[in-house]
Amino acid sequence: MSDDYEPQSAVAKWIDKRLPIITLFSGHLMQFPTPKNLNYWWTFGGILTFCLITQIITGLVLAMHYIADANLAFASVEHIMRDVNYGWLLRYIHANGASMFFIAVYLHMARSLFYGSYKEPRELIWIIGVFIFLLMIATAFMGYVLPWGQMSFWGATVITNLFSAVPFFGEAITNWLWGDYSVSGALLTRFFTLHYLMPFLIFGLVILHIWALHVPGNNNPEGIDVVKGQDTVPFHPHYVVKDVLALVVFMIVFAGLVFFSPNILGHSDNYIQANPLQTPEHIVPEWYFLPFYAILRAIPDKLGGVIAMVSAIAILAFIPWLDTSKVRSSKYRPLYRQFYWLLIVDFILLGYLGSQSATGIYLILGRLATLYYFLHFILVMPLIGFIEKPKPLPKSISEPVLTKEEQLTKSGQMA
Amino acid sequence: MDTKKDIDTADTKVTRRDFLYLTTGSFTAVGAGALVWPFIAQMNPDASVKAMASTEVDLSPIMPGQSITILWRGKPVFVRRRTEEEIAEAQAVKQADLPDPETDETRVQKPEWLVMVGVCTHLGCIPLGNKGEYNGWFCPCHGSHYDISGRIRKGPAPKNLEIPSYVFLDDNTIKIG
Repeated sequence: MSDDYEPQSAVAKWIDKRLPIITLFSGHLMQFPTPKNLNYWWTFGGILTFCLITQIITGLVLAMHYIADANLAFASVEHIMRDVNYGWLLRYIHANGASMFFIAVYLHMARSLFYGSYKEPRELIWIIGVFIFLLMIATAFMGYVLPWGQMSFWGATVITNLFSAVPFFGEAITNWLWGDYSVSGALLTRFFTLHYLMPFLIFGLVILHIWALHVPGNNNPEGIDVVKGQDTVPFHPHYVVKDVLALVVFMIVFAGLVFFSPNILGHSDNYIQANPLQTPEHIVPEWYFLPFYAILRAIPDKLGGVIAMVSAIAILAFIPWLDTSKVRSSKYRPLYRQFYWLLIVDFILLGYLGSQSATGIYLILGRLATLYYFLHFILVMPLIGFIEKPKPLPKSISEPVLTKEEQLTKSGQMA
Repeated sequence: MDTKKDIDTADTKVTRRDFLYLTTGSFTAVGAGALVWPFIAQMNPDASVKAMASTEVDLSPIMPGQSITILWRGKPVFVRRRTEEEIAEAQAVKQADLPDPETDETRVQKPEWLVMVGVCTHLGCIPLGNKGEYNGWFCPCHGSHYDISGRIRKGPAPKNLEIPSYVFLDDNTIKIG
C-alpha cells in the first residue's frame, strides 16, 4: 500500500532513507486503501483518537495545578475553577471529555457488534479494543476520585471494597490497595499516579489497535471482503474529510456540554469535600458505568455480584468465538438483527436501572436485564449462527449501490 | 467537473472554491488560536497570585541608616532610610562614572527613603547590604558593586537595581505594587 510512495523533497528523501517514517505515515494515513462504502458509524475511531488526545492534553495542564493530597486536593480543584486562568474551561473539558469519550466508545463498540467487525480476521483488533475499554474504565474511575469530593470518596470506597469479596484474601487485598485501613490520602496519591500513567498505556494499545486494523483493512457495512483498487479509495482525502465532518458535529455537542451545562452529567454531591464519617444518601457512579453497576446489584450475593460485573466486560473478549455465524454484517442477518437491537435496549435499560435504587420493580427488572445480557452472548449468539438463514450477500460492495441506482432509474422512467 | 474551464479562469477570476478555502482556512486558524490560548494562559500567574501582588510596609520603626528587607511577589525589596551624608553622596556622583546612568532623584520619591528590588540584575542573586567598594550593596555571586543609590558601579551586572512601583499612603506607610 505504501510501496508506490516516493518522498519528493531532498530533505524528505534523506530522512526517509534512514527512518522511513514519512512512508509509514503516508502509507497509513494518506494512501491507505479504505472500502468506499463506509458510513458515519465508521468515524468514531477518529473521534476516539481525538478524545484521547484531548484528555491527555487537558489532563497534563490540570496536573500543573492539582495537588494530590487528601487535605489539599479538594481546595486545589476549587483553585483551578476560580483562580487559574481558564481553569474552569480546562477542567470542564476534561470532565465532560470523559463522558464524550464513553459516548463515542459505546457507539464504536455497537458499530463493531452490528457489522461483525470482530469476526475473522479481525478478532485481535476487537480483543485489543476490549483491553482499551477496560483501561478506560479504570482511568475514568480513578480520575473521578481525584477531586476528593463526597462522590469521589465514597465511590472509591465502594469500588475498592469489591475486592474484599475475594475469599480469604479479601481484607489483605483491600488494605494493600488502600495503603491504609480505609480509603485515605495514600489511595489518592497512588490513584493520581495511575490516572496519569494509564492514558499513555491506552495510547500504546491504540497504536496496536490501528496496526492490527491495517493488516486486514477496514470491515464495511456489507461485511464482505473488498477487492483492493476496485472497492477501495485512499484514506486521504475521502475519509479524512468524512472523519473531520463527523468530528466537528461531535465537537459541537461536546462544546454544548462544556459551555452550557458542564455539570449536568456530574453529581452535585461531589462539590462537598470528602467526609469519611458521612456517606451521601444516594451513591451512583458516573453515568457510563451505570449498566455494569446495575449488573453488580442484580446479584444478591457479594462475591457473585462482583464476578457478574467483571464477567460482563470479560465476556466481550470471547465474542469472536461466541458468534458462530459465517456472515459478518447484521444487514444480512434478519434474525440476529432483532436480538442485536434487543441487546442495545437491554443495555440502555440496565443503565437506567443502575441510576435507580435497587428495590421492588427496579430490582426485578435489573435481574431480568442482567439475565438477557449474558444470555445474548452465551446462548443467542452461538445458536443463531446455526439456525439463521442469512440473506444473500452481494458479490461486491458496489452491487447494492448499483442495484439501488438501477431501481431509481427504473422508477424514474416509470414516473 | 469541467476541469479545463477551471484552469482557464484560475488566473483571472476568483472562484467560489477560492472563497470557501479562504474562509474555511481563516475560521480554522482563528478557532485553533482561540482553543490554544487557554492552554497557554493557564501558566500565567493566576488570580490567587495576583491577589497577593501588593504589599504595605510600615516605615515608622526604621531609624536613619537602617535597612529592612521585605518580601514582595516572592522577591526581597530593600527599604533603606538614608542618612543626610548618604543622600549627599548619592547625589554627588557624576553621571559619566555610571555604567547605567541615572540620577539619584529619579530613583527615589523622597530622598530619605530608598526602595528597590533586592535582586542583582546580573543573574538574580540577593546583594548584601553595607558592603562593596561603593558603600552600598555587593553581590556575592559574581562580584557586582552597587552604590548607596543602588546603581551598578563595578562588576558584571548590566543595570541598576530595579525600583518597584510604590506609593506613599501617608508619611509612614508605603504600598509596593
